[in-house]
Amino acid sequence: MDLLVKNARLVDPARGVDTVTNVVIRAGKIRALGDGSVSDLPIFDATGLIVAPGFFDIHVHLREPGTEEAETIATGGNAAVAGGFTAVAPMPNTKPSNDNPSITHYILSEARRSSPARIFPIGAITKEQKGETLAEIGEMFEAGVVGISDDGKPVMDAQLFRRALEYSQMFDIPVIQHCEDLHLSKGGVMHEGVYSTRLGLKGIPAAAEETMVSRDLILAEMTGGKYHVAHLSTRRSVEMVRAAKVRGLRISAEVTPHHFTLTDAAVAEYDTNAKMNPPLRTADDVDAVLDGIRDGTIDAIASDHAPHHINLKMLEFDLAPFGITGLETAVGLALTKLQLPIGRLIELFSTNAQKIMRVAPWGLFEGSEADLTVLDLNRSWTFDVNKSRSLSRNSPFHGWQMKGKAVGTIVGGKVVYEDRAG
Amino acid sequence: MTRKHLLGIQDLDREEILEILDTAESFQEVSTRPIKKVPTLRGKTIINLFFEASTRTRTSFEIAGKRLSADVVNVSASTSSVSKGETLIDTAKTLDAMAADCVVIRHSSSGAPNTLARLTKASIINAGDGAHEHPTQALLDAFTIRMRKGRLDDLKVAIIGDVAHSRVARSNVHLLTKFGTHVWLCSTPTLMPQGVQHMVCENRHFLHTTNSMDEAVRAADVIMMLRVQFERMNESFFPSIREYFRYFGLSRRRVEQAKPDVIIMHPGPMNRGVEIATDVADGPYSVILDQVAAGVAVRMSILYLLLGG
Ligand SMILES: [Zn+2]
Ligand SMILES: [Zn+2]
Repeated sequence: MDLLVKNARLVDPARGVDTVTNVVIRAGKIRALGDGSVSDLPIFDATGLIVAPGFFDIHVHLREPGTEEAETIATGGNAAVAGGFTAVAPMPNTKPSNDNPSITHYILSEARRSSPARIFPIGAITKEQKGETLAEIGEMFEAGVVGISDDGKPVMDAQLFRRALEYSQMFDIPVIQHCEDLHLSKGGVMHEGVYSTRLGLKGIPAAAEETMVSRDLILAEMTGGKYHVAHLSTRRSVEMVRAAKVRGLRISAEVTPHHFTLTDAAVAEYDTNAKMNPPLRTADDVDAVLDGIRDGTIDAIASDHAPHHINLKMLEFDLAPFGITGLETAVGLALTKLQLPIGRLIELFSTNAQKIMRVAPWGLFEGSEADLTVLDLNRSWTFDVNKSRSLSRNSPFHGWQMKGKAVGTIVGGKVVYEDRAG
Repeated sequence: MTRKHLLGIQDLDREEILEILDTAESFQEVSTRPIKKVPTLRGKTIINLFFEASTRTRTSFEIAGKRLSADVVNVSASTSSVSKGETLIDTAKTLDAMAADCVVIRHSSSGAPNTLARLTKASIINAGDGAHEHPTQALLDAFTIRMRKGRLDDLKVAIIGDVAHSRVARSNVHLLTKFGTHVWLCSTPTLMPQGVQHMVCENRHFLHTTNSMDEAVRAADVIMMLRVQFERMNESFFPSIREYFRYFGLSRRRVEQAKPDVIIMHPGPMNRGVEIATDVADGPYSVILDQVAAGVAVRMSILYLLLGG
C-alpha cells in the first residue's frame, strides 16, 4: 500500500527522531522521511498529530481457537487497531493451547485472513500448559512464536522453569512468567487485605506474586536466560526487578493499565469487572508501579486483554472468571494518567515492546514496515464499552473520561483505523 | 426505616439498628399470644431463596413471615454454575416475573445478595453470604445481649474461633463496635484475616485481637463461640480437632475465668466437644435458646420495617 502521511510530528525514541515532517510509504514500507512533494500518493493529513512506530501490545488473549464466543482473532485484531495497536502478541492459553507448531500455523493463517493488526503468537512453555514437560519450543519458534509463556498459570516447578530459561536461549526468545505461587493464591479471588477481609472474599496475597518473582530472578541470573515478568502488580515486585536490573540481568517487565489506575477498593460492590489476576492491589502498590514506569524499571505497558462472555461475568464474584478487556482503553488510560514525556510513552508501547519480543524491528526509518500509530494528545473522549469492537464487554472503564487517544492506525501502509474529531 | 434492602450491618447506623431491635421487642409479644398472627403483611410475597442448606435460619424466616400473614415460599436452589446454565441473573428475572416483594437469600458466595439487589425489583434480605455478612444473626445476637445485659455499649464481647471464614463474626464486629462495645477477636493466627484491625471504618479502637483464649475470656461479659468447620483441618489451619479444642474450645474451666454473670452464645449449629463442651452449651450461662427465640422476633421486625412501611 502507498500513502503520504503529511505534517506529522514524528517521534521514534529508538532512533532519536522528533521532528515535524512527512512520511512517504510505498508498497507497505517507509520509502522516505521528509519529502512531501510527491503528488501521486493518497494523503493522510496528520497536522497537529503525533506519528509513532506502531504500538505493540505484548500481552493479550484472543480466545481463538476454542472460545470464539468471547473473542476471535478477527474481532481481537479489530479491537487492537481501534486502540492504536498495529500488533499484538496473543498468549497461548487457547483451547487447545498453542503448544505445538500446528496451532501456531493456524493462528498465523487466520490472522493473515482476518486481522487488520499483525499477530505475533506466544507459545506455551510446557505441553498443554500443564507445567510438566517442555513444549516443542524450537518447532514453535520456527513456526513463528516470538516468546513463550504458560500465562494464565505459572510454571510452579523451579527445575522445569530453569530448563525453559536455558533451552529458550537457543532461539533468543523471552520466557514470560505469570508470577503466582499457586499454593499461596489457592482459592483467592482478590487482593488479600482490608477489602478482602471486609468483603469476606478469599485473598491472593502480594506474596503469591513476589515469592515467584524472587525465585525467577535467581533462576534468570543462574541461567542467563531472557526473562520477562508479565503484569507485575506489587511494590516488592517492582523493587526486586529494579535491583535485578542494577545487577545487570537480562530481564524485562510489563504492567497493565488497570494496575496503575485502580486499586482493590474497586471490588467494593462485588463488581466482577474488577476481578482479574493478578488482582488489583493497594494504593501503595499503584504508587510503586508508577515510580517503576517513570524510572525505567518497567519496560512496557501491556493490556492483558482478557475477554469473557457476559454470561460468565454475570456470575457471583467468586465464580466469575478473572480478566478484563483492555485493547481499546490502554493508550487512553496511559496518556490520561501517566503524564509522561511522549518519547517515554512510545518506548513503553512500542520500541521497548519490540525489543522484549523476538520481532524484526519497525520504526520511523527508511525500509521499515509502514506500521504507524497516530496520537492526538488533546482529544477528550469517553470510553463506551457498548461501542467496543471486542466481542466481550467486561471492562471496568465504561464511562471513563480520558484525554489523549490513538486516532489513527496504519499497518503496512494501509489506514486500518481512523477517528477524526467532530 | 427508609431502606429497601438489608445487605449487611456495615451500612446501618445506630438509629436503624435500635429501630429494628425496639420493633422486635414489640413483636416478641405476638409470639406469646394463643393466635400468633398479625395481618401486617397480608398480600405480600416473601421468597426464601436458599442456595445453602440452613434449616434453622430458613425456618426462622418462614415463621416470621407467616406470623405477619405474608405468603412465604421456600426455594432451595443449587449454586449457579456454568454447566447447569443457571445464573443469578436468571434467578433474579424469574423472581421478578413472580412479583416477589421480598427475597431472603442465603448463598455461599460473598456478595451474592448485593448482586441480586442490583438485578431485581424485590427487597433483598441477606440471610448469610459466604464469609461476608449475616446481618440478621448479628441483630438477633444484639437483641439477646440487650435483653440480658440491658445495654449494647461498654461491654466486653469475646468472639472466638474461625474468624477468617465467619460472616457472623464480621456482622457482629460491625454492630458491636458501632455501639462502643469492646470486641475481642480470638483465634489462631491462621484463622485471623489480614487487615482485620482496619475492617471497621470508625471506632477502630474498640476492636482487639488475641491468640490467647484466656485473655479473650478474662472479664468478658459475653462469649460468642464460632462454629469450626472440619475441612479447615485438611487445609492446615490447625493440626487436629483435639489440639484446636485445647486452645480455642470453651471448657467449663475457661468459663470460670469470665465474669460470674457472663453469657455464652453460639450461632448454631454447634459442634459439641469441638468448639464448645456439652456441659457449657447446656449449662446455666448459655443463652443459645434465647438466641433462637429472638431470631423470629428480629426477623419479623426486619420484614415489617422493609415491607410494611
Ligand atoms: Zn497472567
Ligand atoms: Zn494474561
